[in-house]
Amino acid sequence: MIRALALLLVCQLVGEIVARMAALPVPGPVIGLALLAFGAILHARVTGADASAIETADVGRVATALLGSLGLLFVPAGVGVVQQLPVVGAYGLALFSALVGSTVLTLIVTVYVFLAVKRLTSRRNAP
Amino acid sequence: MTDPFAIWVYLSASPLLWLTLTLIVWLASDALARAAGRHPLVNPVLISITLMAGILIATGAPYKTYFEGAQFVHFLLGPATVAIAVPLVRHRALVRANLLPMLAALVAGALTAVVSAVGVAAAFGAPRAVLVSLAPKSVTAGIAMAISENLGGVPALTAVLVITTGIIGAVVVTPLMNALKIDDYAARGFAVGLASHGIGTARAFVVDEVAGTFAGIAMGLNGVVTSLVVPLLMRWM
Repeated sequence: MIRALALLLVCQLVGEIVARMAALPVPGPVIGLALLAFGAILHARVTGADASAIETADVGRVATALLGSLGLLFVPAGVGVVQQLPVVGAYGLALFSALVGSTVLTLIVTVYVFLAVKRLTSRRNAP
Repeated sequence: MTDPFAIWVYLSASPLLWLTLTLIVWLASDALARAAGRHPLVNPVLISITLMAGILIATGAPYKTYFEGAQFVHFLLGPATVAIAVPLVRHRALVRANLLPMLAALVAGALTAVVSAVGVAAAFGAPRAVLVSLAPKSVTAGIAMAISENLGGVPALTAVLVITTGIIGAVVVTPLMNALKIDDYAARGFAVGLASHGIGTARAFVVDEVAGTFAGIAMGLNGVVTSLVVPLLMRWM
Protein backbone atom coordinates (compact mmCIF):
# COMPACT_ATOMS: atom_id res chain seq x y z
CA MET A 1 0.00 0.00 0.00
CA ILE A 2 2.87 2.37 0.81
CA ARG A 3 4.45 1.63 -2.59
CA ALA A 4 1.15 2.44 -4.28
CA LEU A 5 0.74 5.71 -2.37
CA ALA A 6 4.34 6.62 -3.14
CA LEU A 7 3.74 5.92 -6.85
CA LEU A 8 0.64 8.16 -6.90
CA LEU A 9 2.49 10.92 -5.05
CA VAL A 10 5.55 10.69 -7.31
CA CYS A 11 3.31 11.10 -10.37
CA GLN A 12 1.56 14.07 -8.75
CA LEU A 13 4.88 15.64 -7.72
CA VAL A 14 6.38 15.30 -11.21
CA GLY A 15 3.08 16.68 -12.58
CA GLU A 16 3.30 19.72 -10.29
CA ILE A 17 6.91 20.37 -11.31
CA VAL A 18 6.13 20.06 -15.02
CA ALA A 19 3.02 22.27 -14.72
CA ARG A 20 4.94 24.99 -12.91
CA MET A 21 8.07 24.86 -15.08
CA ALA A 22 6.07 25.00 -18.32
CA ALA A 23 3.49 27.42 -16.78
CA LEU A 24 0.71 25.14 -18.07
CA PRO A 25 -2.94 25.86 -17.23
CA VAL A 26 -3.25 22.19 -16.17
CA PRO A 27 -3.18 21.14 -12.50
CA GLY A 28 -0.24 18.96 -11.48
CA PRO A 29 -2.43 15.97 -10.56
CA VAL A 30 -3.96 15.90 -14.06
CA ILE A 31 -0.46 15.71 -15.59
CA GLY A 32 0.29 13.04 -12.98
CA LEU A 33 -2.77 11.12 -14.20
CA ALA A 34 -1.47 11.19 -17.77
CA LEU A 35 2.03 10.16 -16.61
CA LEU A 36 0.71 7.16 -14.68
CA ALA A 37 -1.54 6.04 -17.55
CA PHE A 38 1.19 6.33 -20.20
CA GLY A 39 3.70 4.79 -17.79
CA ALA A 40 1.49 1.77 -17.19
CA ILE A 41 0.82 1.25 -20.90
CA LEU A 42 4.51 1.70 -21.76
CA HIS A 43 5.58 -0.63 -18.96
CA ALA A 44 3.16 -3.28 -20.20
CA ARG A 45 4.41 -2.93 -23.77
CA VAL A 46 8.06 -3.30 -22.69
CA THR A 47 7.45 -6.27 -20.39
CA GLY A 48 4.89 -7.86 -22.70
CA ALA A 49 2.30 -7.94 -19.90
CA ASP A 50 -1.29 -6.77 -20.10
CA ALA A 51 -1.60 -3.11 -19.06
CA SER A 52 -4.91 -3.92 -17.36
CA ALA A 53 -2.88 -5.80 -14.74
CA ILE A 54 -2.45 -2.38 -13.09
CA GLU A 55 -5.91 -2.95 -11.63
CA THR A 56 -4.97 -5.95 -9.54
CA ALA A 57 -1.61 -4.41 -8.59
CA ASP A 58 -1.27 -2.50 -5.30
CA VAL A 59 -1.80 0.83 -7.02
CA GLY A 60 -4.98 -0.46 -8.61
CA ARG A 61 -6.48 -1.41 -5.25
CA VAL A 62 -5.54 1.92 -3.66
CA ALA A 63 -6.94 3.76 -6.70
CA THR A 64 -10.22 1.86 -6.53
CA ALA A 65 -10.53 2.64 -2.81
CA LEU A 66 -9.81 6.36 -3.34
CA LEU A 67 -12.19 6.69 -6.29
CA GLY A 68 -14.91 4.77 -4.45
CA SER A 69 -15.02 7.55 -1.83
CA LEU A 70 -14.11 10.47 -4.07
CA GLY A 71 -17.03 12.51 -2.73
CA LEU A 72 -15.57 12.53 0.79
CA LEU A 73 -12.53 14.42 -0.44
CA PHE A 74 -14.67 17.44 -1.39
CA VAL A 75 -16.19 17.82 2.07
CA PRO A 76 -13.46 19.97 3.70
CA ALA A 77 -13.49 22.50 0.83
CA GLY A 78 -17.27 22.41 0.74
CA VAL A 79 -17.53 23.25 4.44
CA GLY A 80 -15.25 26.23 3.82
CA VAL A 81 -17.56 27.35 1.05
CA VAL A 82 -20.60 27.34 3.37
CA GLN A 83 -18.74 29.88 5.50
CA GLN A 84 -18.16 32.04 2.42
CA LEU A 85 -21.86 32.02 1.41
CA PRO A 86 -22.37 35.70 2.34
CA VAL A 87 -20.08 36.75 -0.57
CA VAL A 88 -22.96 35.74 -2.86
CA GLY A 89 -24.64 38.91 -1.61
CA ALA A 90 -27.44 40.56 -3.54
CA TYR A 91 -26.97 38.37 -6.61
CA GLY A 92 -27.88 35.07 -4.93
CA LEU A 93 -30.98 34.45 -7.06
CA ALA A 94 -29.30 35.54 -10.32
CA LEU A 95 -26.31 33.32 -9.63
CA PHE A 96 -28.35 30.29 -8.60
CA SER A 97 -30.51 30.59 -11.74
CA ALA A 98 -27.37 30.93 -13.86
CA LEU A 99 -25.82 27.84 -12.25
CA VAL A 100 -28.88 25.60 -12.61
CA GLY A 101 -29.68 26.77 -16.15
CA SER A 102 -26.11 26.60 -17.34
CA THR A 103 -25.37 23.22 -15.76
CA VAL A 104 -28.46 21.58 -17.29
CA LEU A 105 -27.80 23.15 -20.70
CA THR A 106 -24.11 22.16 -20.59
CA LEU A 107 -25.01 18.54 -19.75
CA ILE A 108 -27.49 18.39 -22.65
CA VAL A 109 -25.21 20.07 -25.24
CA THR A 110 -22.19 17.97 -24.23
CA VAL A 111 -23.98 14.64 -24.28
CA TYR A 112 -25.72 15.27 -27.62
CA VAL A 113 -22.59 16.55 -29.38
CA PHE A 114 -20.71 13.50 -28.06
CA LEU A 115 -23.38 11.11 -29.36
CA ALA A 116 -23.81 12.91 -32.71
CA VAL A 117 -20.09 12.82 -33.51
CA LYS A 118 -19.90 9.22 -32.35
CA ARG A 119 -22.73 8.30 -34.72
CA LEU A 120 -21.04 10.14 -37.61
CA THR A 121 -17.62 8.57 -37.05
CA SER A 122 -18.91 5.04 -36.51
CA ARG A 123 -21.01 5.26 -39.70
CA ARG A 124 -17.90 6.24 -41.65
CA ASN A 125 -15.91 3.38 -40.16
CA ALA A 126 -18.64 0.84 -40.81
CA PRO A 127 -17.95 -1.57 -43.69
CA MET B 1 -11.68 13.19 36.90
CA THR B 2 -11.02 15.95 34.41
CA ASP B 3 -13.82 18.41 33.82
CA PRO B 4 -15.62 17.41 30.53
CA PHE B 5 -15.47 21.03 29.40
CA ALA B 6 -11.68 20.94 29.71
CA ILE B 7 -11.62 17.81 27.54
CA TRP B 8 -13.83 19.58 24.96
CA VAL B 9 -11.61 22.63 24.97
CA TYR B 10 -8.61 20.40 24.34
CA LEU B 11 -10.24 18.20 21.67
CA SER B 12 -11.99 21.01 19.79
CA ALA B 13 -8.59 22.55 19.10
CA SER B 14 -7.02 19.28 17.96
CA PRO B 15 -6.95 17.89 14.40
CA LEU B 16 -7.99 14.45 15.72
CA LEU B 17 -11.55 15.50 16.57
CA TRP B 18 -12.27 17.25 13.26
CA LEU B 19 -10.70 14.55 11.08
CA THR B 20 -12.66 11.86 12.93
CA LEU B 21 -15.91 13.83 12.68
CA THR B 22 -15.39 14.41 8.95
CA LEU B 23 -15.03 10.66 8.38
CA ILE B 24 -18.00 9.77 10.61
CA VAL B 25 -20.26 12.38 9.01
CA TRP B 26 -19.26 11.05 5.57
CA LEU B 27 -19.91 7.42 6.56
CA ALA B 28 -23.34 8.35 7.92
CA SER B 29 -24.21 10.40 4.79
CA ASP B 30 -22.97 7.63 2.51
CA ALA B 31 -24.98 5.01 4.44
CA LEU B 32 -28.04 7.24 4.04
CA ALA B 33 -27.39 7.53 0.29
CA ARG B 34 -27.01 3.75 0.03
CA ALA B 35 -30.22 3.19 2.02
CA ALA B 36 -31.96 5.52 -0.45
CA GLY B 37 -30.75 3.27 -3.29
CA ARG B 38 -28.24 5.95 -4.40
CA HIS B 39 -31.14 8.26 -5.24
CA PRO B 40 -29.61 11.34 -6.94
CA LEU B 41 -31.32 13.75 -4.55
CA VAL B 42 -29.71 12.05 -1.53
CA ASN B 43 -26.24 13.32 -2.43
CA PRO B 44 -23.71 12.32 0.25
CA VAL B 45 -21.39 15.26 -0.53
CA LEU B 46 -24.17 17.80 0.01
CA ILE B 47 -25.42 16.06 3.18
CA SER B 48 -21.91 15.84 4.65
CA ILE B 49 -21.12 19.47 3.92
CA THR B 50 -24.41 20.62 5.44
CA LEU B 51 -24.02 18.49 8.57
CA MET B 52 -20.39 19.44 9.09
CA ALA B 53 -21.06 23.15 8.55
CA GLY B 54 -23.95 22.85 11.03
CA ILE B 55 -21.64 21.28 13.62
CA LEU B 56 -19.12 24.11 13.17
CA ILE B 57 -21.82 26.75 13.59
CA ALA B 58 -23.33 24.97 16.61
CA THR B 59 -19.97 24.61 18.39
CA GLY B 60 -18.56 27.94 17.24
CA ALA B 61 -15.39 26.17 16.10
CA PRO B 62 -13.44 28.28 13.57
CA TYR B 63 -12.98 26.86 10.07
CA LYS B 64 -9.21 27.15 10.44
CA THR B 65 -9.24 24.73 13.39
CA TYR B 66 -11.58 22.37 11.53
CA PHE B 67 -9.33 22.40 8.47
CA GLU B 68 -6.25 21.47 10.50
CA GLY B 69 -7.92 18.08 10.90
CA ALA B 70 -9.81 17.89 7.63
CA GLN B 71 -6.75 18.81 5.55
CA PHE B 72 -5.64 15.17 5.61
CA VAL B 73 -8.79 14.28 3.66
CA HIS B 74 -8.49 17.35 1.43
CA PHE B 75 -4.90 16.42 0.60
CA LEU B 76 -6.04 13.13 -0.96
CA LEU B 77 -7.74 15.03 -3.82
CA GLY B 78 -4.38 15.13 -5.64
CA PRO B 79 -3.53 11.42 -5.40
CA ALA B 80 -7.18 10.54 -6.17
CA THR B 81 -6.96 12.55 -9.40
CA VAL B 82 -3.80 10.68 -10.37
CA ALA B 83 -5.62 7.44 -9.49
CA ILE B 84 -8.12 7.99 -12.34
CA ALA B 85 -5.25 6.64 -14.50
CA VAL B 86 -6.17 3.13 -13.33
CA PRO B 87 -9.72 2.97 -14.78
CA LEU B 88 -8.40 4.99 -17.75
CA VAL B 89 -5.87 2.25 -18.55
CA ARG B 90 -8.54 -0.42 -18.09
CA HIS B 91 -10.92 1.30 -20.52
CA ARG B 92 -8.19 2.61 -22.87
CA ALA B 93 -9.70 0.91 -25.94
CA LEU B 94 -13.05 2.62 -25.33
CA VAL B 95 -11.31 5.95 -24.71
CA ARG B 96 -9.33 5.64 -27.95
CA ALA B 97 -12.49 4.78 -29.88
CA ASN B 98 -14.19 7.94 -28.56
CA LEU B 99 -11.45 10.51 -29.16
CA LEU B 100 -13.36 12.53 -31.78
CA PRO B 101 -16.68 12.59 -29.91
CA MET B 102 -14.78 13.71 -26.79
CA LEU B 103 -12.97 16.50 -28.63
CA ALA B 104 -16.16 17.87 -30.22
CA ALA B 105 -18.16 17.59 -26.98
CA LEU B 106 -15.32 19.27 -25.10
CA VAL B 107 -15.34 22.39 -27.29
CA ALA B 108 -19.14 22.63 -27.47
CA GLY B 109 -19.61 21.92 -23.75
CA ALA B 110 -16.88 24.28 -22.52
CA LEU B 111 -18.29 27.18 -24.56
CA THR B 112 -21.87 26.43 -23.47
CA ALA B 113 -20.84 26.31 -19.81
CA VAL B 114 -19.21 29.73 -19.88
CA VAL B 115 -21.53 31.62 -22.24
CA SER B 116 -24.83 30.36 -20.77
CA ALA B 117 -23.85 31.08 -17.16
CA VAL B 118 -22.52 34.56 -17.94
CA GLY B 119 -25.51 35.27 -20.18
CA VAL B 120 -28.13 34.44 -17.54
CA ALA B 121 -26.36 36.40 -14.79
CA ALA B 122 -25.85 39.39 -17.13
CA ALA B 123 -29.57 39.34 -17.92
CA PHE B 124 -30.17 39.71 -14.16
CA GLY B 125 -27.89 42.75 -14.20
CA ALA B 126 -24.92 41.26 -12.35
CA PRO B 127 -21.79 43.47 -12.51
CA ARG B 128 -18.63 42.50 -14.32
CA ALA B 129 -16.70 41.26 -11.25
CA VAL B 130 -19.55 38.84 -10.51
CA LEU B 131 -19.68 37.65 -14.15
CA VAL B 132 -15.92 37.02 -14.17
CA SER B 133 -16.21 35.09 -10.89
CA LEU B 134 -19.01 32.99 -12.42
CA ALA B 135 -17.51 32.25 -15.85
CA PRO B 136 -15.15 29.38 -14.84
CA LYS B 137 -17.70 27.67 -12.53
CA SER B 138 -17.58 24.30 -14.30
CA VAL B 139 -13.90 23.55 -13.65
CA THR B 140 -11.94 22.39 -10.61
CA ALA B 141 -11.82 24.98 -7.82
CA GLY B 142 -8.04 25.49 -8.10
CA ILE B 143 -8.13 26.43 -11.79
CA ALA B 144 -11.39 28.36 -11.53
CA MET B 145 -10.13 30.54 -8.68
CA ALA B 146 -6.92 31.32 -10.58
CA ILE B 147 -8.87 32.32 -13.71
CA SER B 148 -11.23 34.48 -11.66
CA GLU B 149 -8.43 36.21 -9.80
CA ASN B 150 -6.42 36.94 -12.97
CA LEU B 151 -9.41 38.65 -14.60
CA GLY B 152 -10.50 40.74 -11.62
CA GLY B 153 -13.10 38.39 -10.14
CA VAL B 154 -13.59 37.40 -6.50
CA PRO B 155 -11.92 34.00 -5.88
CA ALA B 156 -13.99 33.29 -2.74
CA LEU B 157 -17.19 33.83 -4.74
CA THR B 158 -15.83 31.58 -7.49
CA ALA B 159 -15.19 28.82 -4.91
CA VAL B 160 -18.81 29.00 -3.76
CA LEU B 161 -20.09 28.88 -7.35
CA VAL B 162 -17.77 25.99 -8.31
CA ILE B 163 -18.84 23.77 -5.40
CA THR B 164 -22.52 24.62 -5.98
CA THR B 165 -22.18 23.77 -9.69
CA GLY B 166 -20.59 20.45 -8.75
CA ILE B 167 -23.49 19.54 -6.50
CA ILE B 168 -26.15 20.70 -8.98
CA GLY B 169 -24.60 18.55 -11.73
CA ALA B 170 -24.22 15.53 -9.45
CA VAL B 171 -27.88 15.77 -8.39
CA VAL B 172 -29.33 16.54 -11.84
CA VAL B 173 -27.31 14.27 -14.16
CA THR B 174 -28.97 10.90 -13.49
CA PRO B 175 -32.63 11.99 -13.76
CA LEU B 176 -31.81 14.23 -16.75
CA MET B 177 -29.96 11.53 -18.72
CA ASN B 178 -32.62 8.95 -17.87
CA ALA B 179 -35.36 11.35 -19.04
CA LEU B 180 -33.45 11.87 -22.30
CA LYS B 181 -33.15 8.05 -22.56
CA ILE B 182 -29.36 8.21 -22.99
CA ASP B 183 -27.75 4.90 -22.06
CA ASP B 184 -24.21 5.55 -23.34
CA TYR B 185 -22.28 5.79 -20.07
CA ALA B 186 -19.18 7.18 -21.78
CA ALA B 187 -21.23 10.14 -23.05
CA ARG B 188 -23.12 10.60 -19.76
CA GLY B 189 -19.90 10.55 -17.76
CA PHE B 190 -18.11 12.92 -20.11
CA ALA B 191 -20.98 15.42 -19.83
CA VAL B 192 -21.07 15.45 -16.03
CA GLY B 193 -17.27 15.64 -15.67
CA LEU B 194 -17.22 18.60 -18.06
CA ALA B 195 -20.16 20.44 -16.47
CA SER B 196 -19.49 19.62 -12.82
CA HIS B 197 -15.78 18.74 -12.39
CA GLY B 198 -14.76 16.45 -9.50
CA ILE B 199 -18.07 16.38 -7.63
CA GLY B 200 -19.81 15.31 -10.85
CA THR B 201 -17.01 12.77 -11.38
CA ALA B 202 -17.55 11.39 -7.87
CA ARG B 203 -21.24 10.84 -8.70
CA ALA B 204 -20.29 9.22 -12.03
CA PHE B 205 -17.97 6.71 -10.31
CA VAL B 206 -20.83 5.73 -7.99
CA VAL B 207 -23.13 5.07 -10.97
CA ASP B 208 -20.73 3.35 -13.39
CA GLU B 209 -16.96 2.91 -13.77
CA VAL B 210 -16.95 3.82 -17.48
CA ALA B 211 -18.93 6.98 -16.68
CA GLY B 212 -16.45 7.82 -13.92
CA THR B 213 -13.46 7.36 -16.23
CA PHE B 214 -14.91 9.61 -18.95
CA ALA B 215 -15.94 12.16 -16.33
CA GLY B 216 -12.36 12.27 -15.07
CA ILE B 217 -11.02 12.84 -18.59
CA ALA B 218 -13.59 15.59 -19.25
CA MET B 219 -12.74 17.29 -15.95
CA GLY B 220 -9.03 17.40 -16.83
CA LEU B 221 -9.58 18.58 -20.42
CA ASN B 222 -12.17 21.22 -19.53
CA GLY B 223 -9.77 22.74 -17.00
CA VAL B 224 -7.41 23.48 -19.88
CA VAL B 225 -10.03 24.67 -22.39
CA THR B 226 -11.86 26.90 -19.90
CA SER B 227 -8.67 28.61 -18.79
CA LEU B 228 -8.02 29.46 -22.45
CA VAL B 229 -11.62 30.39 -23.35
CA VAL B 230 -12.65 32.58 -20.40
CA PRO B 231 -9.98 35.30 -20.88
CA LEU B 232 -10.85 35.49 -24.60
CA LEU B 233 -14.62 35.70 -24.04
CA MET B 234 -14.38 38.17 -21.17
CA ARG B 235 -12.47 40.56 -23.42
CA TRP B 236 -15.70 41.03 -25.41
CA MET B 237 -17.81 41.67 -22.34
